[in-house]
Amino acid sequence: MVEGDRMAPAAAHRTASVDGAVPEADTAVYEAVFNAAVAADERIEPRDWMPDAYRSTLVRQIAQHAHSEIIGMQPEANWISRAPSLRRKAILMAKVQDEAGHGLYLYSAVETLGVSREELLDKLHTGRQKYSSIFNYPTLTWADVGAIGWLVDGAAITNQVPLCRCSYGPYARAMVRVCKEESFHQRQGYELLLALSQGTPEQHAMAQDAVDRWWWPSLMMFGPPDDESAHSAQSMAWKIKRHSNDELRQRFIDICVPQAKSLNLTLPDPDLRWNEERGHYDFGPIDWAEFREVIKGNGPCNEQRISQRRKAHDEGAWVREAAAAYAAKHNGATGAAVEPSADTADMNGKA
Amino acid sequence: MTVTAHTGAALALGDDALVLSHRLGEWAGHAPVLEEEVALANIALDLLGQARVLLSMAGDEDELAYLREERAFRNLQLVEQPGGDFAHTIARQLYFSTYQRLLYTQLAAQEGAFAGLAAKAVKEVAYHQDHAEQWTLRLGDGTAQSHERMRRACEALWRFTGEMFQPIEGVEVDWAGLQTAWLESVSDTLRRATLEVPEGPRSGAWAAGAGRQGLHTEPFGRMLAEMQHLHRSHPGASW
Ligand SMILES: [Fe+2]
Ligand SMILES: [Fe+2]
Repeated sequence: MVEGDRMAPAAAHRTASVDGAVPEADTAVYEAVFNAAVAADERIEPRDWMPDAYRSTLVRQIAQHAHSEIIGMQPEANWISRAPSLRRKAILMAKVQDEAGHGLYLYSAVETLGVSREELLDKLHTGRQKYSSIFNYPTLTWADVGAIGWLVDGAAITNQVPLCRCSYGPYARAMVRVCKEESFHQRQGYELLLALSQGTPEQHAMAQDAVDRWWWPSLMMFGPPDDESAHSAQSMAWKIKRHSNDELRQRFIDICVPQAKSLNLTLPDPDLRWNEERGHYDFGPIDWAEFREVIKGNGPCNEQRISQRRKAHDEGAWVREAAAAYAAKHNGATGAAVEPSADTADMNGKA
Repeated sequence: MTVTAHTGAALALGDDALVLSHRLGEWAGHAPVLEEEVALANIALDLLGQARVLLSMAGDEDELAYLREERAFRNLQLVEQPGGDFAHTIARQLYFSTYQRLLYTQLAAQEGAFAGLAAKAVKEVAYHQDHAEQWTLRLGDGTAQSHERMRRACEALWRFTGEMFQPIEGVEVDWAGLQTAWLESVSDTLRRATLEVPEGPRSGAWAAGAGRQGLHTEPFGRMLAEMQHLHRSHPGASW
């Protein structure tokens, strides 16, 4: 496709970027232009006209993703103080820091849709927005740090690589960056488990126990089966989502089975076997009742995760107030530490 | 391990970095704002990197970090102080990063064993000091509450600052000049932050040089218990 072809619809819908209300008669025209842009695989940018439902779907999805990044820091941060070697401690600290960075890019991506971080955090703290249920499971041993890296970051990558082509520009660009770091996390997790697996019998047992506990929850990260997934069809049409939950779950399983073998660890599913006809691994039934319970708030750590989040936020209020007061007093001085960092400046779509 | 002047100095500097890095790591998931999750982790990682180089000069980094008992650690008592609120963390950072920057600037200008490390570290530490100063200004000159918290934190940690200028055997720097420059720099920042320079003594009879001699404060033992527990539970294992 030549550049000129691509530009035409983009230019058209870009002229429609207005802050005020759009006259009703024009809405249909704008919508047609928007649909054409999506169909042509163009990126929708913050200043473009977009349907309200597209905007709210993105806000919900990106916010949930951002919340998952920051809540996800907790189970791993739980082991920073006890990391058993200085090398592992450095890797783990850097990983938890990366997740905070992912949270920053993603909150900035939602801000391009007109919702502030403050508002989103408030929704998280009051249970009106969700985060990935996987983080409601506890990290009981050091091996859990490896299992999270290998399986949870691995599942996240499988979910997120297609999002690098998401129709909404700022989200797609954030995902490119996030995915690069997640793949480091996945390799480091694998490598941590491998060291344990090849270590003493106690270490091997620790690794196996962690994989036993994290395997099924990781499969649930792809969401309910396709026939029960509430938002999937519309998201696929808008090219926010590119593959169904079940497709992604199958892709993840197919990747993990040979890796588990190389790790000399077993996956806790007696039904796992290669299906020549399908060209995929068959697997046993997932306990969706557990999934729904954890989402409802009855997981082992739901209460703990949210109260730690709220506590950090509440106890930090005086610090944020001080930064704001200082910035207001010293005109021109920036409250830099509480403003979006330069890192996230490219969210607005110049890149 | 025989403790020569050189390994003793590497331990003193390395333990400072290791212990402060550990304390900063305790903020992960608890920081007042997301940007500070990133910033505090950055500082902790820089310090951990420095600690690993320094401890490796004295022996095996993991044996030294995980298998020494409390009395064998040579770090300053300042860096082992528990986090407290964010103001305490910032006051501790202000005092220590100012010291470390001045010390490493001198070491970087020499030919000694620490010159290479110091030259690299001094750039990192310049950022640590800037971060601490910016927050000292915001907290000191922010709201009445933040001013009061910062004042209390600066005073509470003041008595641990004298220890920093007890000469370390094997580190040939101008200790008196270091002390003068430190006092000037910290006083200037505190004044700009509308805070008073604390008046109390900068070392008690117990604290003067104590950490460098292996005498620590009570919370330090508990910190080590947590840090070393897993490693010690699997003797000889590799990770
Ligand atoms: Fe992440
Ligand atoms: Fe990650």
